[in-house]
Amino acid sequence: MRITVKLFATFRKGRFDAEVREVPPGTTVSNVVDELRLPGSIGILFVNSRHADLSRELSEGDTLSIFPLVGGG
Amino acid sequence: MDKILRVDMGAEGGPKFRTEPVGEFAGLGGRAMTTAIISREVHPLCHPLGAENKLVIAPGSLSGTAAAMSGRISVGCKSPLTGGIKESNAGGQAAQVLARLGYAAIVLEGKPAGDDLYKIFINKDGVEISVDNSLKNLPNYPLIEKLRGQHSDRAAYMTIGTAGEMKLLAASIACTDPEKRPTRHCGRGGTGAVMGAKRVKAIILDDTGLKMRAPKDPEKFRDANRRFVEGLRKHPITGEGLPAYGTNVLTNVLNEAGGYPTNNFRTGRFENAAKISGEVQAELEVKRGGVATHGCHRGCVIQCSGIYHDKDGKYVTKQPEYETVWAHGGNCGIDDLDVIARLDFLDDNFGVDTMDTGAAVGVAMEAGLIPFGDGAGAIRLVEEIGKGTPLGRILGCGAAVTGKVFGVERVPVCKGQAMAAYDPRSVMGIGVTYATSTQGADHTAGYSVGPNILKSGGDLNPLKPEGQVEMSRNLQIATAAVDSTGMCLFIAFPLLDQPETFQALLDMIGAFHGIPLTGDDVTALGKSILKMERDFNTRAGFTKHDDRLPRFFLNEPIPPHNVTFQVKDEDLDKVFNW
Repeated sequence: MRITVKLFATFRKGRFDAEVREVPPGTTVSNVVDELRLPGSIGILFVNSRHADLSRELSEGDTLSIFPLVGGG
Repeated sequence: MDKILRVDMGAEGGPKFRTEPVGEFAGLGGRAMTTAIISREVHPLCHPLGAENKLVIAPGSLSGTAAAMSGRISVGCKSPLTGGIKESNAGGQAAQVLARLGYAAIVLEGKPAGDDLYKIFINKDGVEISVDNSLKNLPNYPLIEKLRGQHSDRAAYMTIGTAGEMKLLAASIACTDPEKRPTRHCGRGGTGAVMGAKRVKAIILDDTGLKMRAPKDPEKFRDANRRFVEGLRKHPITGEGLPAYGTNVLTNVLNEAGGYPTNNFRTGRFENAAKISGEVQAELEVKRGGVATHGCHRGCVIQCSGIYHDKDGKYVTKQPEYETVWAHGGNCGIDDLDVIARLDFLDDNFGVDTMDTGAAVGVAMEAGLIPFGDGAGAIRLVEEIGKGTPLGRILGCGAAVTGKVFGVERVPVCKGQAMAAYDPRSVMGIGVTYATSTQGADHTAGYSVGPNILKSGGDLNPLKPEGQVEMSRNLQIATAAVDSTGMCLFIAFPLLDQPETFQALLDMIGAFHGIPLTGDDVTALGKSILKMERDFNTRAGFTKHDDRLPRFFLNEPIPPHNVTFQVKDEDLDKVFNW
């Protein structure tokens, strides 16, 4: 199945901003994170604009957005 | 900081000053000081621009010491924008310098009869108040250029631009940064209009010949400060994200969350947000020879600011903050960082709040003055403020006034003050803070965005009302206390996530005063400040009905989540029940 993965802030370095990826059915957020070898801890995860956790199973057409811990305001 | 300078601008024969011992206000700093003086001494029904109002300027309780991050200065008054009590704080050099001069507060009182314009100079030898009508109608940048030629390089400046002289309701007080640029503003609530009403154009603070304030227990203080700085450096937000990308790192986050108010709060997502994001902004700054990592005051170890250059490599403005990029950007459908940077410069130069000004432009777009997305049109509108045309004066009075004048229903304000870059429908926790804060809609008053969206300092679903009242209450209490120390509010991210960093701050304050401090003391201070502010607002005529969001947030669902604000009125009324 195809999903869109978006990376932000330091996670973009040496990787990509956004990419459509082919993944096997049953893939979880955690599987994608592991494959990308992201440095440091994960801050915020969204699947289709809603907060998600690492165990979330992805579906065809999902957009996964991954941020390190960031803040401001 | 054992004295208070009181200046009677309305004294017979010209302004007179006197220096008093700090007395009953001893130990207070920042917001605790401004709120204590305003709540005790200002008639709550006074006209904010009249002689009865006072403008209180107070460095934080740790300002002027070696404590990292302690450079915030608070300004308080009855707000001409909200009609309630106001505390607005900024970075820059003023807090450190004023604290080293030994003043716990400057209180501007009364109002002169004529139209002379004054400047106030303070150094170790005393205070000089003089008429300087050559400063009239000078925007902040040329004003500072002119004043710099007359003073030592150590001087810090607090000034009003043309908006303050015109007493516009969104007028700010500018504080100079370490490079003497008027870029750090007490922006919110029209404090610049109150300074303008008192006919004070500039306060020049020079600490030549003075040393840092000495702690009671220097060894413990040094050790606590070291642990505190370590905590800031190791936390990903203050140690990595903010230095690298600045506050604007939030554009992509809020946009992904569907909580980014776009086109005057019509939707929660801006299709061109990526073009104005912190990631793109930082890259552009470096590419053009600007700076992506810069501190607004000496002693800052986070360095969330930067310097923005144009395509020819010339200085335009400091790195526009997230709230500014949003207010003038996505909120107006504008996706051009150069346009936003120009607007940031104009706001700083004329001396107006970037949030209320951006929100006013958004409301003007809603009214059809110019279309959403019209960057050149937005620049023209803000230039009207500097010219003082009738249209410019309307916009310079903020979103609430602009909405009334142009007959707009969708006006994103609480108590007359514009909201910030988080939609209260899809970030319900910040909606509670907007509605109930003593300050009007003010995201910094209780930053529920942390636990709602960033998953820092807790974890609450932003799309549900459960738990939001309690979260906002606790954050409002903690923030009032932090605002009294002179500490930058960004220390709250590591403070809430790392108990040892919170302990380091307590130890540092304790070592400074020679009296141990506990977390309970901090909570008690925060509560006492909020109680004074609520009491002032009640006496000024505010009721529970003022602690509400505009009705469109309850009636119009916002895409992409298609939610309305769901916290019940009776729950909003419990925020201050502790």
